[in-house]
Amino acid sequence: MSAAPSRPSGGQAALVFPGLMLGAFFVVPFGLMIAVSFFQRVQGGFYEPVLTGANYARFLSLFFGEILLFSLGLSALVALVCLLVGAPFTYLLARLPRRAQVPWLVALLAILSLSEVIIGFSWSTLLSRTAGVSNLLVALGLMASPTAFTPSFAAVLLGMTYQALPYCVLVLYPSFSRLDPSLGEAAQTLGASPARAFLTVILPALRGALAATFVVVFVFALGSYLLPQLLGRPQHWTLSVLITDQAIYQSNMPFAAAMAVFLVLASLLLVSLAALFGAKRAGNAA
Amino acid sequence: MTALVLDGVTKRYGATTAVEAVDLTIPDGTLVCLLGPSGCGKTTLMRMIAGLEAPSAGEIRMGSETITRVPVHKRGFGMVFQSLALFPHLSVGDNIAYPLRLRGESRGTIEARVRELLDLVQLPGVEGRAITQLSGGQRQRVAIARALAVAPRLFLLDEPLSALDAKLREAMQVELRLLQERLGITTIVVTHDQREAMTMADQVVVMRGGRVLQMDRPIEVYRRPATPFVADFLGQTNLLQARREDGGARLASGAFLPDLALPSDTALLSIRPEDVILLPEGEGPIAAEVEFVRDMGSAVEIYLRAGEARIVAHREAGAAVAPTGARVSLGIRPGASSVFPAEAA
Repeated sequence: MSAAPSRPSGGQAALVFPGLMLGAFFVVPFGLMIAVSFFQRVQGGFYEPVLTGANYARFLSLFFGEILLFSLGLSALVALVCLLVGAPFTYLLARLPRRAQVPWLVALLAILSLSEVIIGFSWSTLLSRTAGVSNLLVALGLMASPTAFTPSFAAVLLGMTYQALPYCVLVLYPSFSRLDPSLGEAAQTLGASPARAFLTVILPALRGALAATFVVVFVFALGSYLLPQLLGRPQHWTLSVLITDQAIYQSNMPFAAAMAVFLVLASLLLVSLAALFGAKRAGNAA
Repeated sequence: MTALVLDGVTKRYGATTAVEAVDLTIPDGTLVCLLGPSGCGKTTLMRMIAGLEAPSAGEIRMGSETITRVPVHKRGFGMVFQSLALFPHLSVGDNIAYPLRLRGESRGTIEARVRELLDLVQLPGVEGRAITQLSGGQRQRVAIARALAVAPRLFLLDEPLSALDAKLREAMQVELRLLQERLGITTIVVTHDQREAMTMADQVVVMRGGRVLQMDRPIEVYRRPATPFVADFLGQTNLLQARREDGGARLASGAFLPDLALPSDTALLSIRPEDVILLPEGEGPIAAEVEFVRDMGSAVEIYLRAGEARIVAHREAGAAVAPTGARVSLGIRPGASSVFPAEAA
């Protein structure tokens, strides 16, 4: 009993360090960014602390609105494709014997060690006309002549999916490996066909994990700014690309900050919608 | 209804044989326990009966209907899994209603049936609860109710009580047996717990290494085990080496047992603890020393040493017992020992 009163204060002390870190490396920079987003740009210079809403006004034009929608749509599509590929993959992986799982997990982790630049250039080579896979298809007689698959929207989608897939699998893996393999069998003994057992029992039991993974991959894809430039045309550029462009090449920090704030707000909105979706389903079960 | 017949059912995984040529007939309305140590093939055998594994050879029949290749979901059997496999995203009521919904029953029928089943397993009024809100014993009952929802032709239970603590397990064994008798449903229970088998089964099937060693009423298996392994696995026993001599048998300890005919030159005796008679020193054929006395209140267990061999004897509650270190003589209740030729060990 003597330890009980000290526990809350001990708990609070333990929170001081992460709190400081969060403050120093997230709250303060993000606050600065919000402040800068209301400042006025100085042509040829940096910015001056004069409050203005012009940056947001400029952003609310059709052009940037379209790009915001495109970025959100692309990220959602990447997350969806990742789940469509990653969920069956993880499901099968989790059912392999431990020893057989290790090489697969190592290979996936190896992808994480590749930088976005290397991934981008590798895919642009693989998809090119001169050295790409189309030459292989021509040699096999499946295509008439070598074709460039990049730059294109499909190439952007492919590259970003490739980059995000390891995260998808790693987030799914714990709940998939914890899934009781007899759930599906039980549904079958109760009269469900294998497909029906999957849809009515296994999928709902994994719904929370799938929703969480969607959010993780979605946010991850939203931050990608190199792959759209390396593998896509300018109309495939995401908001992250434009933010980089404004901040670094146009030296328009206030406008870049305004776009970044907007991107954060839009993604926060979508993430909380997804979380609400997951929680609602979980709440139904409870 | 009809009997379940297994005819030469075999399961091989690559080079290893999990179940080898099992022939069994399980009469209608009986409860049969598949009993054996882990890895003996009892679970694989049940999974083949359920349709979750396909036999490598052999045939499974339900009456005149061959069901060897019938898929799981068309067999109409109820099964309780070791993990229970309750669906975590569904409430208790929805779990039990799951097979009824698949059958397309009307809402009213389903509600009435769920209530009836929860009454049957003595868990009324919990339809709306989440699985996570139930105790282990309650989950057990829900799993049983769900498996019985569509009145299955065959009721399969794979180590159903292994997750429960000892006291609850014993109570559930009795309850499960009473339920099965009331419904008259043909039931197969996989277990490694011999007490569970003794409590519930009409017939016990003792398995080892993928083979059936013996199938009989529990008390017959206990009294007349087919092999030393069965004797040791079903209940406690003393296994003693013996040699054939004129007019009787000589134990490894040197003790001579007259009037015990051995079928071969050397043999193994199985003597149940309750068949060991304790006598004052010099009055019985086997000289022994008391090593340890365990007084359980309901019975007394006496651990003795006779030469190299250890012998356990049971006495009724409150019996006066020689103290640790005392020298005594042991006798064997006439006709109570099982004798196995040495090569059967």
